Amino acid sequence: MIVDINFVGLIIASIMASAVPLILASCGELITERSGVLNLGVEGMMIIGAISGFALMTVTGSLIIAVFGAMLAGVLISTIFAFLTQTLITNHVATGLALTIFGIGISAMIGKNFVGIPGKEFPVLFESLKDTIPLLSPILFGHSIVFYFAFALPFITSYFLKQTKIGLIVRAVGDSPESASNQGINVRLVRYACILYGGAMCGLAGAYLSMIYTPQWIENMTGGRGWIALALVVFSTWNPIKILIGAMIFGGLTIIQFHMQAIGVRIPVQFLTALPYIVTIIVLVVISRDSRKIRLSTPSSLGKSFHKDN
Amino acid sequence: MHKFLIRSFVSSLVLLFTLTVAAVAKDVKAAFVYIGPTGDHGWTYQHDVGRKAVEAAGFKTTYVEGVPESADAERVLRQLANSGHDIIFTTSFGYMNPTNKVAKEFPNVKFEHATGYKREHPNVATYAARFYEGRTILGTIAGTMTKSNVIGYVASFPIPEVIRGINSFTLAAQKVNPNIKTKIVWAFTWYDPGKEAEAAKALIDQGADVIAQHTDSTAIVQMAEKAGVYAFGQASDMDKFAPKAVLTSVENNWGPYYVDRVKAVANGTWNQKDTWHGIGDGMVVISGLDSQMPSDLQAKVKKLQADLASGKVHSFTGPIYDQKGNLMVAEGKTADDGMLAGMMTYVKGVEGDIPK
Repeated sequence: MIVDINFVGLIIASIMASAVPLILASCGELITERSGVLNLGVEGMMIIGAISGFALMTVTGSLIIAVFGAMLAGVLISTIFAFLTQTLITNHVATGLALTIFGIGISAMIGKNFVGIPGKEFPVLFESLKDTIPLLSPILFGHSIVFYFAFALPFITSYFLKQTKIGLIVRAVGDSPESASNQGINVRLVRYACILYGGAMCGLAGAYLSMIYTPQWIENMTGGRGWIALALVVFSTWNPIKILIGAMIFGGLTIIQFHMQAIGVRIPVQFLTALPYIVTIIVLVVISRDSRKIRLSTPSSLGKSFHKDN
Repeated sequence: MHKFLIRSFVSSLVLLFTLTVAAVAKDVKAAFVYIGPTGDHGWTYQHDVGRKAVEAAGFKTTYVEGVPESADAERVLRQLANSGHDIIFTTSFGYMNPTNKVAKEFPNVKFEHATGYKREHPNVATYAARFYEGRTILGTIAGTMTKSNVIGYVASFPIPEVIRGINSFTLAAQKVNPNIKTKIVWAFTWYDPGKEAEAAKALIDQGADVIAQHTDSTAIVQMAEKAGVYAFGQASDMDKFAPKAVLTSVENNWGPYYVDRVKAVANGTWNQKDTWHGIGDGMVVISGLDSQMPSDLQAKVKKLQADLASGKVHSFTGPIYDQKGNLMVAEGKTADDGMLAGMMTYVKGVEGDIPK
């Protein structure tokens, strides 16, 4: 088979499109975790975003209201988590799991009336430039605004954490809430904000699935992507740029295995299907071999409740 | 006097009996066990449409959705049988053993298992639809409409039901266009919109201009719409999801069968049997044909549909060869149901191997 250069461009573009929800949710969760909060409710917040976005789009007809509404829905549901873990000091892991179960259940309930309704077309940018540059055109042009935002987000997140004062405060709260508190920082307020921000990004990731990637509502449509996004945060050792790489590897392996099947490569299909998961496990194993690095990059107070009498 | 007493006694007994029967007839309760959520707009959704038809016919129904094909299924079945249900429909292949096991414990409850073949107890019946007849029609359309001669096919799991569909589709496509190639991608899921869309995209990027699917979501037809290629709806009419791409859909229509069987329980005429209905019996329905199809093709498809319904045409008519060139069905013969039920080899012209 002759490998057409545009064909390679098309494959890379598909990989990037499949990586978008992972990048959004992981970058949101990364901020939450950097503030010392472990929120396992990513899947639940994503599915709430997916149904909210789709429902608002269907009811109001406005894509802008739908996208921001989905983010707001993510914020609202993560407020429950924030209230429970920060104000009532409940266990992060148990509360996060409950949030996921709650999200899946309530989205199915709301979604009953939205099954079997086709979505609206989401506008894409730079469509006219699609055939101008070989290889690069399909990668660079003809995508939705959310796509471009997702690929900018890891860099913005990295800049925010390293170069801004608020970023420094977030990291301080995550690494040593006691010291931060002694410096006069309101730990609870910072953590609330980081949880709510994480909720907004997960809501956007869900809306991308139900409004842009596969424009429709069906139950459980996030299909475990929230869990992969959670794994990616660890995989990246809390580094946003590495999230980008991880999401591309994971999305890429799924798509490349479909291409290998269609070309007729004689590798057992079951192996190809399992490949993304196998590679994820291998990378996690390789990363965790370096215990010093893990210790240095993990937010020290991750998942621990901070109790301050005031 | 005596005679009068006896007569009135007997007539009141008859009246009472009729009333009881009428009451019982109204009181038959049917339960449905689903593998997926009713909101999948595919397999489970169509079964639930059938359940609603039973409800509309005046019977009480219950359903349990998202039941795993494991020990959980037994527990759900036992609970349904214990709570006064007279007939239970189990609507996924993997419920085969749990259904038979629980049926043994509840000889007075009728069990109906979809797409299976085990009827170990007199109160277990099986039923399925001849979806492959629909795929003969899709293959005919695909073979005619393709320009690139590459047809993509997103498959779910390597079981006879799916292999039979691929074969039926390919045989029909080859008949109208000997140059076509069917490229198959196994998604190893019945239902994951993201994955299904990615599989379809891979096939489209590799030159397929018609996409067929044996997975359940509408993601594939939407991807086809976006890429400007043709596709076919699965399980329900998916035209509104992709008006330009969808040429027609093959719909699963369980309602009439469900109503029949529940009525049979009410009348006491229920019996154990194996039902395998196709286009002729209305269990497989072909949706409206898209106007993009040339009129001679539309006429051809309508005729084929009628011939499949009447039995004049069979999807698997010889000579049929397997991939290695061995004769599977001799000239002038048709494949029998036993062969169809266990079909685990590709016919000649399908590319690649069946995953093991």
